[in-house]
Amino acid sequence: MKLENAKRFTSVHQSLTFSRRMAIAAGAQTAVGALLIGRLGWLAVAENQHYQLLAESNRVQLIIVPPRRGWIVDRNGKPIAINRSDFRVDLIPDQLENPEQTLRALRELMGLDAEEVDRILRELKAAHGYRPVQVAENVPFDKYAAVTVRLPELPGVNPMRGFSRFYPGGPAVGHLVGYVGAASAEEYEKEKNPLLITPGFKIGKEGLEQTLEQRLRGIPGGQRVELTARGKLVRELEPKPDRSGAAVQLAIDAELQEYAARRIGEESGSCVIIDCWTGDILAMVSMPAYDPNSFSDGIGRTEWKMLSEDPRQPLRNKVLNSLYPPGSTIKPMGALALQLHGVDPKERVFCPGGYRLGNRFFRCLGRHGSVDMHRAIAKSCNTYFYAMGHRIGYDKIAPMARKLGLGQKFGLPVVSQSYGTVPDSAWKAQKFKNNRRVVERPDWTASDTLNASIGQGFLIVNPLQLAVMAGRIASGRDIQPGLVGVRKNAAPPIGLEPKHLETVRGGMWEVVNGDGTAGASRLQIPGVEMCGKTGTAQVRKIVGSQRGQSGDWKYRDHGLFVFFAPFDNPRYAGAVVIEHGLGGARAAAPVAKDVLTFLFDRPKALASLAALEEQWGGSLAERNERRANAVKAAAAAKIA
Amino acid sequence: MISSAIIPQPLARLPWRLIFLVLGIASIGILTLYSAAGGAIRPWALKQGITILFFLTVAIGMSWTSESTIKQVAFPMYAVVLVMLIIVEAVGFVGKGAQRWIDLGIIRLQPSEFMKLAIVLVLARFYELLPAGDIRKWRAIWPAVALIGVPAALIILQPDLGTALMITFIGVTVMFVAGVPLRVFMIPGAAVAVAIPVVYQLLHGYQRRRIDTFLDPESDPLGAGYHITQSKIAIGSGGVFGKGYLNGSQSHLDYLPEGHTDFVFATMVEEWGLFGGTLLILAFAFVIRWGMRVSINAKTRFAQLAAAGLSATIFFYVSINLLMVMGLAPVVGVPLPLVSFGGSAVMTIMLCLGILMALERQQRTTSRLV
Repeated sequence: MKLENAKRFTSVHQSLTFSRRMAIAAGAQTAVGALLIGRLGWLAVAENQHYQLLAESNRVQLIIVPPRRGWIVDRNGKPIAINRSDFRVDLIPDQLENPEQTLRALRELMGLDAEEVDRILRELKAAHGYRPVQVAENVPFDKYAAVTVRLPELPGVNPMRGFSRFYPGGPAVGHLVGYVGAASAEEYEKEKNPLLITPGFKIGKEGLEQTLEQRLRGIPGGQRVELTARGKLVRELEPKPDRSGAAVQLAIDAELQEYAARRIGEESGSCVIIDCWTGDILAMVSMPAYDPNSFSDGIGRTEWKMLSEDPRQPLRNKVLNSLYPPGSTIKPMGALALQLHGVDPKERVFCPGGYRLGNRFFRCLGRHGSVDMHRAIAKSCNTYFYAMGHRIGYDKIAPMARKLGLGQKFGLPVVSQSYGTVPDSAWKAQKFKNNRRVVERPDWTASDTLNASIGQGFLIVNPLQLAVMAGRIASGRDIQPGLVGVRKNAAPPIGLEPKHLETVRGGMWEVVNGDGTAGASRLQIPGVEMCGKTGTAQVRKIVGSQRGQSGDWKYRDHGLFVFFAPFDNPRYAGAVVIEHGLGGARAAAPVAKDVLTFLFDRPKALASLAALEEQWGGSLAERNERRANAVKAAAAAKIA
Repeated sequence: MISSAIIPQPLARLPWRLIFLVLGIASIGILTLYSAAGGAIRPWALKQGITILFFLTVAIGMSWTSESTIKQVAFPMYAVVLVMLIIVEAVGFVGKGAQRWIDLGIIRLQPSEFMKLAIVLVLARFYELLPAGDIRKWRAIWPAVALIGVPAALIILQPDLGTALMITFIGVTVMFVAGVPLRVFMIPGAAVAVAIPVVYQLLHGYQRRRIDTFLDPESDPLGAGYHITQSKIAIGSGGVFGKGYLNGSQSHLDYLPEGHTDFVFATMVEEWGLFGGTLLILAFAFVIRWGMRVSINAKTRFAQLAAAGLSATIFFYVSINLLMVMGLAPVVGVPLPLVSFGGSAVMTIMLCLGILMALERQQRTTSRLV
């Protein structure tokens, strides 16, 4: 490349060029200098307030003091969930001088296992600054004292008094109140509340603890501090006190709840008792249940595995989330529908042991001869309900089922409710469109009616609905089940003919107090008579003579029982379902009898329970502790 | 400047105006370092003071060097520094993720620092030797480009983008004042604009991140953008007169990273405000102006070009650092000379000033005191 050389370039030119270029360079430098001063002025004057705010928010930090969680108490003020003061030990990462040595000392002093040390190391790596990392909570006093004494040699170790949730009822209230636990990453993402990741702070994870979270949580306090970027405390500014969460009163009667839980014993089942005037749920028990206390301390993998693999499903709230064919328990409801549509309760149907529909024979449980409505309920005669149901058609029965609460989703503060199905022809047509696996043909057939009339077939309900049904029949009031708060006023009438209700209640009286199906479960309390209706729900289809009355536990029929008491002035109603209990009269009604006895005569109820618990090998608390020890042993065996 | 008969001649002949400016800037730096250490002379302020006094003495000592000596060492010095750069590259000491030092046991030599001086001297010497008529010829350009390009490439490999850029800028400035045709700057300028996306792809991850976050610091306020964000907060929150000496929360609570080295300006301005910042910028402006005067008044072409180049070195040091600290340039790791803690930058600047003082002494046949 040759650059142009128009004229000779002399040293004179050179010095001229130099001066010119130097002027340009000086000008450029001055311009940059002006830019720098201008920028400085812009940042320091025009944007001053903005940056001052940012500097201040850098300087002052709020260390969250978690609020105490509100208590949950029962209708009499008895505690269901409280806070127990406990000891905890945290590590402040920034103040740790020699993490390994400190951890080794702590491990020795507190007897931490390898799994724990692992977790602490992991959390220490992720944490930084002033945000504490939990070593252990619920520390026994002797270990806490041991750490406190050696504190001068353990910089960064922070022993504190904290609070842990305690459920005096243990498993009895497990499904009802749920449990608390440290917030998960997703929960924090959703709320973005720094309180959630404060060590020792727990949120409701299930049941009422979860649904009442905002009422129970309270307002965190704060210690305003000046912190360095690495979280070192420089000085403390004035603190802001925390406000404990509000106490929440439930409709539940804690003692009744606990009694019912104990009474179900080793069975897999549920029991609901409601006040049939107000709708207050006095007890809502699902057994077997997990112990919320052990969940609140953080549950081990072994325990979780054992719970989730248990065929009796301790993790499932059977009151709300298990659906059963109601079996004969809905016959009183059917009887109300029949009367509403003009069937005379005096009209008699002959039961030869079944009912013939075309070329199919629908079986009854016995040969009841000539029965009227009263007797049909007492004896649980299928033939009567086949015949009458067929006469009026199921589309006229279904509205009554819904009116009494079947298929209804209640306005309760619960995490989930399975509300089942009350079938009719419209439902079947719709289902045929959506899900042909359940429904084979679109039209409602007479045999569908027959099956539904005795509580089988498409009809499925949950135990709470059964209890509400019993309560509405008992009081004739449109009760809505309530869990929170104690109601004073009776619910409004449901709008059924009192005479119709009386007929049905009479039949239910006969079931227990006459020569009905549950005669063995008569209350032994003078002046208090229980009325009820048994039910047996098939778990699998009847094959030949196999009726689900024998064989494998998991194929046995469910036993159901709905009831109310006292007969002359109904106050309490409820439902008991014992899974695979073979029959309502055999498995469910005795539970109902004892639970109702507890409401009227506690010593008597406790005496009969004591006898039973002796057979089962100890009280619920004792068996629960044994189970916990077994879990611990299994976990230890796995680690070893 | 200082008119007193009792002051001995050699002392009176020193450029006192410059020395006072330098001492003023250094004092601001030492005060800031004292504050950055939370009000303590350790670990920075004392050491910095000693370093500055030592190198200032060296610089003043250098002022008696004759121009011909400087001319003679230009090429050998360049060659030695270049060899040292290659050694660093070959057996370089790994520290801070970058290979920049030669560890001599007692002292760690950072050859790229010396290259800032060497490039100025070697280019000044080269253009002095070049006949005036050849300045528009190809042979006026390619040797200079090679003299700049080789060390710049070696330094980029270290990798030290900030120093490589500075050496390029300094060299180009010398070429510019030497009178190389304007087209020579325009065409590569356009080429660079085109090449930026390509170079961007070749940069190290951390270098690329610095550029990304320079363009949008808030995109990553806790990561790489943290430096710029916190620095702007420190400067902006200082206001007109600052938060008061020893009261800067950003630096004292460690929110400002590198508050005693690259971001020392932010530490200073947080406490002294716009007022203090402007004062410091003006002090540097006077130092650079003094250097530019030396260049303009120089009698020889070598002195002209060398003085201009050395002034440019100081200018680029200060302006790149301040642009970076105030969020106008990516974070490239150039310290603020005489203020930031660290010996290398002090040494480079003092050597620059020493040579400038030597050149200035040659211009004066007699003392100004007479």
